[in-house]
Amino acid sequence: MTDRPKTLLANIDWISILLYTVLVLMGWINIYAASYDETHSSIFDFTQRYGKQIVWIGAAFILGFLILLTDSKFFTAFSLIIYALTILLLVLVLLIGDESKGARSWFEFGGIKIQPAEFAKFATCLAIANVMSRHNFKVMHLPNLLLLFAILALPAGLIILQNDTGSALVYSSFILVFYREGLHGSLLLMCFVAAALFVISILYTPFTVLVIIICATLFAHYYYRHSPREILRIILFIGGPFALFYLLKWLFDWSFSDFHALLGIYALLSIGGLYYLYKHKLKHLTILLLVSWMCVGISASVDLMFDKLQPHQQARINELLGITEDTKGVGYNVTQSKIAIGSGGFWGKGFLQGTQTKYNFVPEQSTDFIFCTVGEEWGFVGSAVVILLLMTFILRITKMAERQRSAFSRIYGYGVASILFFHVAVNIGMTIGMVPVIGIPLPFFSYGGSSLWAFTILIFIFLRLDSNRLQVFR
Amino acid sequence: MNKFGYRHGIIAAIIISVCVIYLLRLFTYQVVDDTYKIMADNNSQRIEIQYPARGLIYDRNGKLLVDNQASYDLMIIPRQVKSFDTVELITLFDVTREELEKRMATCRKYSPYKPSILFSQIPGEKYAYLQEKLYRYPGFYIQTRTSRKYNVNHSADVFGYISEVTPRQIEKDPYYSSGDYVGTSGLEYTYERRLRGKKGEKILLVDNKNRIKGSFRDGEYDEEAIVGQDLHTTLDIDLQDYAYKLMQNKKGGIVAIEPATGEILAKVSSPGYDPQLMVGLDRGKNYRALETDPLKPLFDRTTMAQYPPGSIFKTIQALIGLQAGVITTATTAECHGGAPIVGGRFMKCHWHDSPVTFKASIENSCNPYYVNVFRRLLENPKYKNVREAYGEWRKSVLEFGLGNRICPDFASEVPGSIPTQEYYDKVFKTKNWYSSYIISLSIGQGELLITPLQMANIATILANRGYYITPHIVRPTGDSTQAPIQKHVLPIKRQYFEDVIEGMELVITNGTGRMARVDSITMAGKTGTVQNPHGDDHSVFIAFAPVENPRIALIVYVENGVWGSRYAAPIAGLLIEKYLKGKISDNKKALEQRMFESSLVSTVTSTPKTPTHD
Repeated sequence: MTDRPKTLLANIDWISILLYTVLVLMGWINIYAASYDETHSSIFDFTQRYGKQIVWIGAAFILGFLILLTDSKFFTAFSLIIYALTILLLVLVLLIGDESKGARSWFEFGGIKIQPAEFAKFATCLAIANVMSRHNFKVMHLPNLLLLFAILALPAGLIILQNDTGSALVYSSFILVFYREGLHGSLLLMCFVAAALFVISILYTPFTVLVIIICATLFAHYYYRHSPREILRIILFIGGPFALFYLLKWLFDWSFSDFHALLGIYALLSIGGLYYLYKHKLKHLTILLLVSWMCVGISASVDLMFDKLQPHQQARINELLGITEDTKGVGYNVTQSKIAIGSGGFWGKGFLQGTQTKYNFVPEQSTDFIFCTVGEEWGFVGSAVVILLLMTFILRITKMAERQRSAFSRIYGYGVASILFFHVAVNIGMTIGMVPVIGIPLPFFSYGGSSLWAFTILIFIFLRLDSNRLQVFR
Repeated sequence: MNKFGYRHGIIAAIIISVCVIYLLRLFTYQVVDDTYKIMADNNSQRIEIQYPARGLIYDRNGKLLVDNQASYDLMIIPRQVKSFDTVELITLFDVTREELEKRMATCRKYSPYKPSILFSQIPGEKYAYLQEKLYRYPGFYIQTRTSRKYNVNHSADVFGYISEVTPRQIEKDPYYSSGDYVGTSGLEYTYERRLRGKKGEKILLVDNKNRIKGSFRDGEYDEEAIVGQDLHTTLDIDLQDYAYKLMQNKKGGIVAIEPATGEILAKVSSPGYDPQLMVGLDRGKNYRALETDPLKPLFDRTTMAQYPPGSIFKTIQALIGLQAGVITTATTAECHGGAPIVGGRFMKCHWHDSPVTFKASIENSCNPYYVNVFRRLLENPKYKNVREAYGEWRKSVLEFGLGNRICPDFASEVPGSIPTQEYYDKVFKTKNWYSSYIISLSIGQGELLITPLQMANIATILANRGYYITPHIVRPTGDSTQAPIQKHVLPIKRQYFEDVIEGMELVITNGTGRMARVDSITMAGKTGTVQNPHGDDHSVFIAFAPVENPRIALIVYVENGVWGSRYAAPIAGLLIEKYLKGKISDNKKALEQRMFESSLVSTVTSTPKTPTHD
């Protein structure tokens, strides 16, 4: 027992600690730049955001240290109790929490605001790890799937009631954990296709979406049949009539849209193809064709939702999906954010030299849109470094998860990686206009104590579990 | 258990591919594609606030009183400011170098990145000059908005003025931002929300030479400003003009009300000031001059001044006495140039027939008569003691709209005060008081404080024989933000009013109000004197006409006018004639001329006090 601190030190993953520290410090530098004001230049000015963030960071380090000193059995044994307590907090915040910006999601203790939704992430992660690590637990068993769904839906639902749908969507990231633990690949694929389709439909014109769907169908066709000749033939069948249509359109000055022409051609070809498939009893390809048309239908309906609906209905759907309401019209925030990032160039404008983020063109520049500051002041180089560091950290965590002997630790590790990945992908994605604007923070970078502490707890519990990997076999 | 270990690779691949897609996208935006760089470098955007024109203000006949004119502000964005020709600015705006530097420092302190106003309300010709030179001033631009233009050179106390918002106001109402104008007094303050409209926003593209290149995305994100709503006041601007003329070189106030509706026809605070002084570059200078003016033009003498009402209060005493049954119209009193009253004191009065009847007591404003009325009220055996009787009396007095603010249109209105029993408990250090302690209240002196507006309202109550409508100067529009206009009925029999009014008619025909008389118009009135410890007493006159079907009730009070009959009564008579007939009859032209010409502003010297009578 006397050498416990020594083994602890030796077994801690110092690479992770280093990555964590580097990311947090880079985050602070960018918060400083985003909220920089010539009249308050001392970094210890606690009336300013960067001054406050120093306090949050200091507290986060202490918190991480305390977690490393805690016996790892504490987290495994009390995981469900921690989960239950967090749920209780989420209920309480709905009843007696403070309201700000239309969301009732804060507790205030003497000037310090605590957001329980942030802490629900690690608690849920612990609960999932606890349940899934039980002996003979099989993911592909309906009651089990329902149980897992319930564990996620409970905090997610309560968070939606707080009007913070963005934070609730984070729980969807656990699909990666389930996949790792045996969820059928097709389910993951389906989720991905649905998500991708949704995002693509919002971002691109119907014509582009249709081209993407047809290409994907062809890709899948090749995957089943391995026949380049068939692919070539289909391309000719579609491309030929379309080229003809284009020629006619050019000659006679038609006003018929490309999208409808391509849709018609694809429909005719599909009907013909269906007959062919039926004759040759190609069941797989029939299903593929059906799925392809389902995708067309879904994308069209997503499109309908956003084009044909009244603005307030659109807004309601946006709200439902956790897409932040755009006060200055759809796309203003994203346009500003893209201008800020795009203007950074290869090397960036330099520390404190960004102009776009400073003129308040970019909203929420020190919280949700902090990546704009990175992009503008540090350019492509800086953005790439940040993305690569975050990616390395996430991959490092998955790799560490794989080396665990205990299922609990492994599952928890994957949970940590999935949550981080979701945050990074959605947050950076929205600043460069690839994902709808969903208000969730960028880990280690966004201003705010609750989110920093929540990520710190999430990660350090895993580091603590990892440091015991050689001793415990749970 | 680890049979799905191969899936680590797939998950890692998903993570890596998302990152690679993002990196490719970033590479396109930041390195390959120049669009965004050009947008950011050459075209910085400027969010220009679109200021709506404030609502206009009209009089009761639809005449435009308060209009708007274009005005220009010189704005700076401190961070964008490079070296510029300071001498030119200093000479153009006639300021010192220190003043300019101070202003720039204030702007920088507000925000280095956001625009602030350096000079506001620049006149047109300076704007034209500056507009051409502006390209040499990086970080400067001109913002257009409207400022007030007044079609009358008086009535500033009604309209009030607008000024820049204070940091506290910004904190309280997020609608405002630095440099916005907000109504600070008068109607501009009370109806700020209605008048201000709604600001809009225009996102402009500005090149590196500070020239506007167009609107961002064809104005897709612009927001139109919404013009403020107009105000329709109940003022009769011709009457108002005339009243100001009569009051020139005199200090005082006039409030005229249409009794049936409670609409304020005229409201004069003299000396006033030209509201246009509060607009333009010299606004600050003008304001300081007005503030230090010994005649206090900024002080609204109709709603902010409060005085003991003097003899006009006798009408209220008479009504309360009759209603309480302690006197009848047959009650008389002995008075020979005064009469001994309680506590062995002697209350002076002027010489008139004795014993004095009820009607004559009003006509002659007999002091001992009302001492008697008040004593009977206070010593009414119905009540335990004087204190309790006083409480009942006070309640009756409050019914006349005294001791409370009555006009919702003027936020600066003071409530006046009718002392409470507790107040006197403290003063007398006992709850067991005698009527002699407070006997001066009987003739409207003592601790009573009443505003001229409230005095006009007393005239209205008398004209209406027992009720008043909330006095107001803005026609209600059904807007929920406006205070409701209510009818207040007093618990006093109509007949008693008729009795008092008979006495008030005698004031005009035979008594102290003879100077107000107009042929062919029946009129009821009452003079009063407001004791002034600093100099000559103030002259007060309330009146309404025609007696049978009153169309106007008013108060005229002239500071240092000594007696009600000297200035207040003639002015009231002229106003009534002007309003009811539209012109002044020939036999009164001389009087009119005298009122125009007489000046009282130099007589602010203290003269020996005259006793309370008129």
